Amino acid sequence: MIEHRSIAGQPLQWNVELRDIAHRSSLLYELVHRDLTVRYKRSFLGFFWTMLHPLLLMLIFLIVFSALFQTRTPHYETYFLSAYVAWNFFAQTIVNGMAGIAWNGPLMKRVRVPLSVFTVASTVSGLVNLALSLVVLFAIMAITGVPLRPALLFLPVSLTIVWIFTLGISLGLTAVSIFFGDIREMVQAGLPALMYLTPIIYPISVVPERFRWMIKLNPLVYLVEIVRDPIYYAIIPARMTLLIAVVTSLGSLIIGWMIFRYLAPRFHAHL
Amino acid sequence: MNVIELERVSVRYRETKVRSLKEAAIRAVKGHAKADYFYALRDVSLAIHHGEAVGMIGANGAGKSTLLRVAAGIITPSLGVVVTRGTVAPVMELGTGFEAELSGRENIFFNGALLGCSRAYMRSRLDEIISFSGLEAFIDAPLRTYSTGMVARLAFAVATTIDAETILLDEILAVGDGAFKRQCKTRIEGFVARGSTVVLVSHELEAIESFCSRTIWVAKGEIAADGPSAEVIAKYKAQGS
Repeated sequence: MIEHRSIAGQPLQWNVELRDIAHRSSLLYELVHRDLTVRYKRSFLGFFWTMLHPLLLMLIFLIVFSALFQTRTPHYETYFLSAYVAWNFFAQTIVNGMAGIAWNGPLMKRVRVPLSVFTVASTVSGLVNLALSLVVLFAIMAITGVPLRPALLFLPVSLTIVWIFTLGISLGLTAVSIFFGDIREMVQAGLPALMYLTPIIYPISVVPERFRWMIKLNPLVYLVEIVRDPIYYAIIPARMTLLIAVVTSLGSLIIGWMIFRYLAPRFHAHL
Repeated sequence: MNVIELERVSVRYRETKVRSLKEAAIRAVKGHAKADYFYALRDVSLAIHHGEAVGMIGANGAGKSTLLRVAAGIITPSLGVVVTRGTVAPVMELGTGFEAELSGRENIFFNGALLGCSRAYMRSRLDEIISFSGLEAFIDAPLRTYSTGMVARLAFAVATTIDAETILLDEILAVGDGAFKRQCKTRIEGFVARGSTVVLVSHELEAIESFCSRTIWVAKGEIAADGPSAEVIAKYKAQGS
């Protein structure tokens, strides 16, 4: 028989939280299902928007960079998209996680559920969208003649690392934004800047050598790189890059969870 | 065995909530004045035994819903400890978590999951829920096309199909017409008969008196009386509230 204790002043326990989420796997499934269906329910093209979105963006960047800036990067579309899908997963997921508070807040107060399940669900929905974007990307690669190489088999590892990183950031930001609504606006405003500070649309080599160390302080540089490497360069990422990516993503998960577990018991007063 | 135990539980809220970074900054600079608390529940202790049917009464805003939420483990107490044993399914407000864009059928599964039921279990009860709600013809239409009464019927059908050892019902008798209320009562009797623990919050004193052997009267965040239903309800009526 499951015994459940809620004790004043006690933060969430990760093992209890995991047990409750695993125990109620149908809840996670239903939340993801709802995220994915409700979003497109009223649109004619529905799910295809998930695929059209990166296509349209790719066209814009392709025109801007190949035609206007005359980039030297071969197969620029694959170069750009292989990093952009990872970035887009990260950015969309943390925004959706915070936006979900308006949606899920009433549930958090009225239904007995592990509180982190909503954030976990939004990252899983993000992964589904990411998978669809990858299908588009692979199709484009096939059409433009970029070979699909065995290094692609490494991609699930890279995506797991990116997922862990995103989950951590999302847990922390969602928790804080329940207390301070401003956080959401700050993140929305900051994300585009962060995107241009990350070598997604341009190779890091265009940054003057003396500024490069600054760019490299951004952990997203490595997370984007470990996804781009197996797709575009058809190589397994360098050991150092992988190590930095793994350490930052674990760090993100630990810090994000710490913030979440201490703030969660007081969510109900602010929802 | 106790399925729910509350030990000196208080739930309190800061009187002024800090909602923005600006306010937080101002407070930090000014040197945070001692916060005033509003107590939704103050130092409540109680135990509910397995198989009991307990009624909960009290004026609006007395703390009944807060008590139910904290007992269900939805919210963490500000002070004290709450222990629950076995599966607990709170039904706080009919229609919580219904999604306008999803169809009636999808909402059945979604709501079942929120109340702690697996997909397999919901699938096995699907036909029964649909026929009980009387919405066979509309079950695949989006919920936004339903009338309020239709939503209430569906919500009730889902909520009362749940299979939990302890069921907490908050004001579910308040909505609906006479026929609906009768159905409600039949289902609650069913829970009690099969040995589930039931806690029923309601303003309908007769209903409480007929289902529940024990009643708790909550007033101003504290337990004003706790005992056999007839006695507690008599006291409550005498109080004139």
